[in-house]
Amino acid sequence: MSKDNKKQDVGTTGHEWDGIEELNNPLPRWWVWIFYATIVWGIWYTIAYPAWPMLKEATSGYLGYSTRQNVADEIAAVEAQNAEILAKLETTELAAIADDAELHQFAVNGGAAIFLANCSQCHGSGAAGATGYPNLLDDDWIWGGTIEEIAYTVEHGIRNEQSPDARWTEMPAFGEILPKEEISAVVQHLLAISGQEHDATQLALGEEVYLNNCAGCHGDAGEGIREMGAPQLNDAIWLYGGDEATLTETVMNARFGVMPAWGAEWQPAAGLTGAEVKAVSSYVHQLGGGE
Amino acid sequence: MSSSENPPSLYAAREPVFPRRVNGWFRNLKWVIMAVTLGIYYLTPWIRWDRGPEMPDQAILVDMAGRRFFFFWIEIWPHEFYFVAGLLIMAGLGLFLFTSALGRVWCGYACPQTVWTDLYILVERWIEGDRNARVRLWNAPWSFRKARLRLTKWIVWLLIGLATGGAWVFYFTDAPTLAVDLVQGTAHPIAYTTIAVLTATTFFFGGVAREQVCIYACPWPRIQAAMMDEDTITIGYREWRGEPRKHSDAVKAGEPMGDCVDCMACVNVCPMGIDIRDGQQMACITCGLCIDACDDIMAKLGKPRGLVDYLALKDEAAERAGQPTPALSKHIFRPRTILYTALWSAVGFALIFALFIRSDLDLTVAPERNPTFIVQSDGGIRNVYDIRLRNMSPDRRLVTFTLTPDSPLRITLEGYSGRTVEVAPDEMLHVRAYVTAASGTPPSVAERTDFRIWAEDQASKERTWEDTFFNGRGQ
Repeated sequence: MSKDNKKQDVGTTGHEWDGIEELNNPLPRWWVWIFYATIVWGIWYTIAYPAWPMLKEATSGYLGYSTRQNVADEIAAVEAQNAEILAKLETTELAAIADDAELHQFAVNGGAAIFLANCSQCHGSGAAGATGYPNLLDDDWIWGGTIEEIAYTVEHGIRNEQSPDARWTEMPAFGEILPKEEISAVVQHLLAISGQEHDATQLALGEEVYLNNCAGCHGDAGEGIREMGAPQLNDAIWLYGGDEATLTETVMNARFGVMPAWGAEWQPAAGLTGAEVKAVSSYVHQLGGGE
Repeated sequence: MSSSENPPSLYAAREPVFPRRVNGWFRNLKWVIMAVTLGIYYLTPWIRWDRGPEMPDQAILVDMAGRRFFFFWIEIWPHEFYFVAGLLIMAGLGLFLFTSALGRVWCGYACPQTVWTDLYILVERWIEGDRNARVRLWNAPWSFRKARLRLTKWIVWLLIGLATGGAWVFYFTDAPTLAVDLVQGTAHPIAYTTIAVLTATTFFFGGVAREQVCIYACPWPRIQAAMMDEDTITIGYREWRGEPRKHSDAVKAGEPMGDCVDCMACVNVCPMGIDIRDGQQMACITCGLCIDACDDIMAKLGKPRGLVDYLALKDEAAERAGQPTPALSKHIFRPRTILYTALWSAVGFALIFALFIRSDLDLTVAPERNPTFIVQSDGGIRNVYDIRLRNMSPDRRLVTFTLTPDSPLRITLEGYSGRTVEVAPDEMLHVRAYVTAASGTPPSVAERTDFRIWAEDQASKERTWEDTFFNGRGQ
C-alpha cells in the first residue's frame, strides 16, 4: 500500500519549521462560505433583534421582539383561557365548589398560589403554622373549619381595624384579676384536662376557679366555644404552647392573635377578589383538616 | 522558515463526483439493504396494532404529548426511560462490535447518508444518464435540455425529500389522521415545519453535499479509527499483486506489469471520489463498489478476482510472501469482538428480563416534608404522602391501599371515603394519603418508623408496593 504517495501528491504549502513541512490539504471552499454566512447572519441578527446598547436602552430590533412582551402575552393567553372557569368560580356557592371536580381543581391550584403569596408569611408555606399562628392542617379550628367559616375568616380577618365584621373577642388578662395561687391552680386544672402531668392537690381549687372565670368562653369541660373564638383546652393542640410556664403566661397576660381582613373591600390595594377568597378557602379546606 | 511569493490557496473547491453504474455481489447487497431500510422507514408508521378502544392503534408511536412510547405490544412510560437508554447503549456497543470486526460497514451499507445518497444517485442516473453522460452534461453550457434534465432531477429529489420528512412526522401521531390533515392543510404548523426542514436537509445532504458530509461533517469516521486494528476486515488494494500498474513509469521502463491495468473502474464507481489504490484513507466508506468494479475487469481479463477486496491488514506480510492466509472469519472471532458481543448480549438480556418482570401497576410514594408530621387534637400523629399510581394496562382498575404492618398505622385518602380508588386505563392517579398513629402508640412517639404501602388490584390481585417511613414526635 503506497502510503508515501500522499505527500508527493498534495505537495506542501511551502511552510517549514525546523524541518517540519506543512502538507497542502486545503479546506473545502464551502467552509469559508459558511464563515461569511455567519457574519451576514450576525449583522442581520443585530438589526432584527434587540442588540446595540444606546444611551438610554438597547435598540429594540426590527422585528420588535421582547421577552417581557412574550411573558405578558403568555399571561394574557392563560387569563383568557381561564376566564370562563374563573367566572364560574365567582358565581358558584362555596359548598358547591367541591362537587365540580374541574372547578375544585382550579380553585385549589389557584388557592395554593394565593396562599403562598399572602398567607405563608404567618401560617408557613406548608400551612403548618407557628407559635401563635394556627396550624391549618390539623382538625382543630378556633373559629370553625367549614369552608364557609374559613372564607369568612379570610374575608374579614381577626381582631383588625379594617373590617367592622372582623372576628373579635378578647380574653382578659387574669394577672390583674386573680391572685397568684388561683392562677397556679387553674393552670394545674388545664394540665389535667389536657391529659398532662399535674399537681393533683391543686385540682379542687383549680376547677372552681376555671368554672367561675373561664368556662363562660372555653366551656365547662374546656371543649372551647367557636362563636367566642375560645380555643379548645382539653386537647393536644396548643396555639402558644401547653406547658406550665406558657399556660401561666397566657392566663396572666392573655393572648390576642391578629389576622388582616383579606377581602378587597377592606384592603383595596392588596386584597383578594371574591373568587380569590373562594379559591384560597378551597385550598385551606382540602389540606386535611377541613370540616 | 521559508516563504514563497504566491502561497497556495487555503481553500479548495469541491471536486464533483460522478459515480458510474456497477453490477456485482456488493452492489446487489446494497440494493437489498436499501430496500429493507427504506421500506422499514417509510412503511412502519402504517402498521396497525389493536390495543383496545381507548388506546392508539399504531404499532410504533412516539406520543410526546401523552408521554408514551408504543412498540407493538410494549408500552413505555416516562419513568421507564431506562429501556430507551439501554437500547442506545446496545446501539453503541453494536457499532463498536461491527466496526472492530468489519470496519466501516455502517458507513458503507446502513448509514442514512449513504442510503439516501445512493437513492439520489440512482435517480440522477435514470434522468441524466450514466457517468459519461453526466460529466458531459456538467461541462455543457446551459441549454433547454440541460435545464429540463436538471429540473426533473430536482423535482424527483424534492419528492423523495418530502416523503422522507413526511414519513418522520407519522411516527409521532396517528399516521392516517395526520396524512388526511396534511393534505387538507389542517395539520399542526409544527408538522409542516418538520416536513419542510427534513425535506430541505434530505435534498441538500443526498443531492448536493453527499461525500462532503462524510469527510468534513461526520465525527464517526474519525472515531472509528480507534476501534479498528489490523485484524479488522476492511477494503484494500493488493498492490503486491497489482503493481506496477499498466501506465506506471516502471512498466514504461520495461518492468513486468502487475495485474492492475489502470482502467480506473474502481475510481469511476466510487461514490466518495477516491482511489482505493492510494491505500487506507479516511474518505473510504467501505461500500464495496470498487470490489465489484475490479472483479468485473479481472473476470474479463481471465485473472482471479480480488485485486481490490475485503482483507485484514495482518495478512499482508503472508500474502506478499505468497503464503496461505487464514479465513477471514478467523479475524472476526477475537477477544475484542467476543467482549463486545458479550456486553451487547448482557445489556440485551437485562432489558428483556426487565421487560418480563415489570408490573403494569406502578406505585410511587413521596412523604410530605412541610411539615413532617401533624398533631391532631386527640394527640394522634398524622403524616401526609403524595401517592402516584400508574395503571399501565388497557383496563379500568379498582386498587386498594393497605399497610404492612397493618397496625397501629392507619391509612385514609383525601377525597375518598374508603381505601379503594378507581384508575382509568393508561392513566396515572395522583392522590394524597393520610397515615395516622393514635396517641401513645409506638410510631407516634418514635422519631421514625418504617412501613410499606401496598396497592392491590381488586380483580387480578396483582400487588405492588413501596417502602416509606412515618415521622413521630421523636420524644
